[in-house]
Amino acid sequence: MFARIKEIIIKEFIQISRDRRMLMLVFAAPIIQLFLFGYAITTDIKNISTAVWDLDKTYESREFISDFKNSGNFNLNYYIDSEDEISELLDKGEAQVAIRINPGFGKDIKSGDEAGIQVIIDGSNSNSTVIILNYISQISAEYSRSVLVERVERMELLSGKNNNRNIDFFSNETGIWYNPELKSRISNVPAVVAFILLLTTIMLTSMSIVKEKEAGTIEQLIVTPIKPIELVLGKTLPFAIIGFTDVLLVIAVSYSWFKIPLEGNLFILFFGTILYLFTTLGVGLFISTISKTQQQAMMTTFFFMMPAILLSGFMFPIENMPVIIQYITYLNPLRYFLVIITGIFLKGNGLNILWPQMLALGGIGIAVLVISVFRFKKRLE
Amino acid sequence: MNLKRINAIARKEFIHIRRDHRSLILSFLIPVILLILFGYALTLDVRDIPVTIMDYDNGKYSRELTRSLSESGYFTINDYVGNYEDLKKNIASRKSLVAIVIPPDFSRDITSGSNVRIQTIIDGSASNKASIASGYIESIIGEFSSNIIAGEGPLGGLKMPLNSEIRVWYNPELESRNFIIPGIIAIIMLMIASLLTSQVISREWETGTMEQLIVSPVKKVEIILGKIIPYFIIGMIDLVIVVVFGRLLFNVPLKGSEILLFLLSALFLVGALSMGITISIVAKSQVPSYQIAMLISFLPSYMLSGLVFPISSMPKVLQYISYLVPAKYFIIILRGIFLKGSGFLILSMEVLYLAIFAAIMFTMANLGLRKKLT
Repeated sequence: MFARIKEIIIKEFIQISRDRRMLMLVFAAPIIQLFLFGYAITTDIKNISTAVWDLDKTYESREFISDFKNSGNFNLNYYIDSEDEISELLDKGEAQVAIRINPGFGKDIKSGDEAGIQVIIDGSNSNSTVIILNYISQISAEYSRSVLVERVERMELLSGKNNNRNIDFFSNETGIWYNPELKSRISNVPAVVAFILLLTTIMLTSMSIVKEKEAGTIEQLIVTPIKPIELVLGKTLPFAIIGFTDVLLVIAVSYSWFKIPLEGNLFILFFGTILYLFTTLGVGLFISTISKTQQQAMMTTFFFMMPAILLSGFMFPIENMPVIIQYITYLNPLRYFLVIITGIFLKGNGLNILWPQMLALGGIGIAVLVISVFRFKKRLE
Repeated sequence: MNLKRINAIARKEFIHIRRDHRSLILSFLIPVILLILFGYALTLDVRDIPVTIMDYDNGKYSRELTRSLSESGYFTINDYVGNYEDLKKNIASRKSLVAIVIPPDFSRDITSGSNVRIQTIIDGSASNKASIASGYIESIIGEFSSNIIAGEGPLGGLKMPLNSEIRVWYNPELESRNFIIPGIIAIIMLMIASLLTSQVISREWETGTMEQLIVSPVKKVEIILGKIIPYFIIGMIDLVIVVVFGRLLFNVPLKGSEILLFLLSALFLVGALSMGITISIVAKSQVPSYQIAMLISFLPSYMLSGLVFPISSMPKVLQYISYLVPAKYFIIILRGIFLKGSGFLILSMEVLYLAIFAAIMFTMANLGLRKKLT
């Protein structure tokens, strides 16, 4: 039995290695994808192009504006002096934010009144708008607080009452764990590893089997004494090996190039990855049993992958999905693997925390694999 | 060029597509599913962030602070813990994204005017959520402390210094679906180009039918046009699906002109399909065509077009590369027409880029296709 499986595996490898383009794609594509995704998937909001319309032009207004500049997130690219310019800049997308300082700003700040500003934001990108709104409210809150403190001090001085209390007494210390600088790259690269594995293994498995169907060589295999189960193993093992090599490659690059800390245990990561490969190979095999042409296999793979990625909790929080969809996500292997891989990479989680995900992933993997192998066997017979 | 011959090739391609039921169904089903997902299920909004509170004070002010957190709508307090170990476990196991530690004598210190310090811990492993959550916390705590300074200070009743009026244009409710659904049009068109069109010539090579085409009197440009037309029709039907469903089911506004939207989408589609054909010609067999199409057409368009991830935050090299990604211009056009009601004049630069792209790709397909056996 093992001799025959070995033959198929060798045949499969010969086939892959003969196709130089294929070989390059199997190993180069994941690396290119990792670089592309690793750098492109960023949710950091920096360099916000900003227009300033200062109707006050006093020391105070300039001070307030410089707070925006000093925050490091806003680029004050345009100084304007009319309403029309705001709509022009925002319509063209040249500025995302316009800050208008109302006349009398400086006077109001000095006299203890309410000073008015107006902020206009291009909200078409809702996510970055939320973050920009947060930046703005933090800058204004900080400014308000410092003005308030001055006011209280001045009033104490005027009234001669000084109860010797520290006005600027309130502080909050925020500690961010696992990714202290909140670099989106650090939190995204582990997810990218999971996506790349999904992309490569499902596609390769399903297409290589369908290719034999298309070429008619599958019949030749059927008439040989090879048993269906041997054929399944012989066909999937090469891709398991390739998939696992890709894992090693991608993890090595994430660690050495992207400097993603690997806080947890590498062996637990490998263990989780094998469980994950069960599922992706199983799905690939399943797709091959229901596809007649490579194009079909591809479309079906895409049809599976798109929702799997979108409903994995990456970018789009699962908690905010409708309850029915939340239940559906329990069937999504990617959902569990993302928790496992980010948990091990960034948090140093061990099996004591990750066991539910491992269990779920293993369960799904075995179920999918068994169903696919049965279907595959039936098709062959 | 002969219309009859183009028609014959297109008909043959149509028969191919029709025979392959699944690909046809999927090419209409995928847009619908994406619409439903982005319309109902997927939102980038961060709400109801789970918070663990470790309240050593249990006084008037600590309760007020936790109340203002949960009343903000951004946070849900899902656990109260009494020691640091439990807090750590809640963050590590993702039970809570945020933990807030309120020190003993918090309320007493506020009343007496001594320094108080609270501590916030945020799980940074999901950086987008974390930075939004951190922003919300800063503003809630900032407001809380300003209120104390202004209202409970030595003299009381001070006015807040700043009155900021914030207006959000184009998408005032900050619905992420208004931002994403217009972009889906680009994604679907690229999907058709890279999954379906990238296969058409390589399939002919693989099955050996290319030789038959070579010996026939069909000209190159006729083959290419004939191959593009069926997929062009599918792409335009998908456009109608997204526009109609997006408006009817999800109230995605379409402020600009429908005609402009259709014309410019057609322009982009021609470019994308020609690119698909070019890839198909170069790769010669189906698996590599698919891989190349994914790598140089679909993925960059998805990642570097500004569809979800802001280009201005990417490293400079990627920002330069993004200028070469046609989907970037198309997505600017789509958002402009949908959300801003932009007209042709504002979008003219982007239109020019798309026209150049379509011309180059169509020429490349013509140059690349060899009616010769090697």
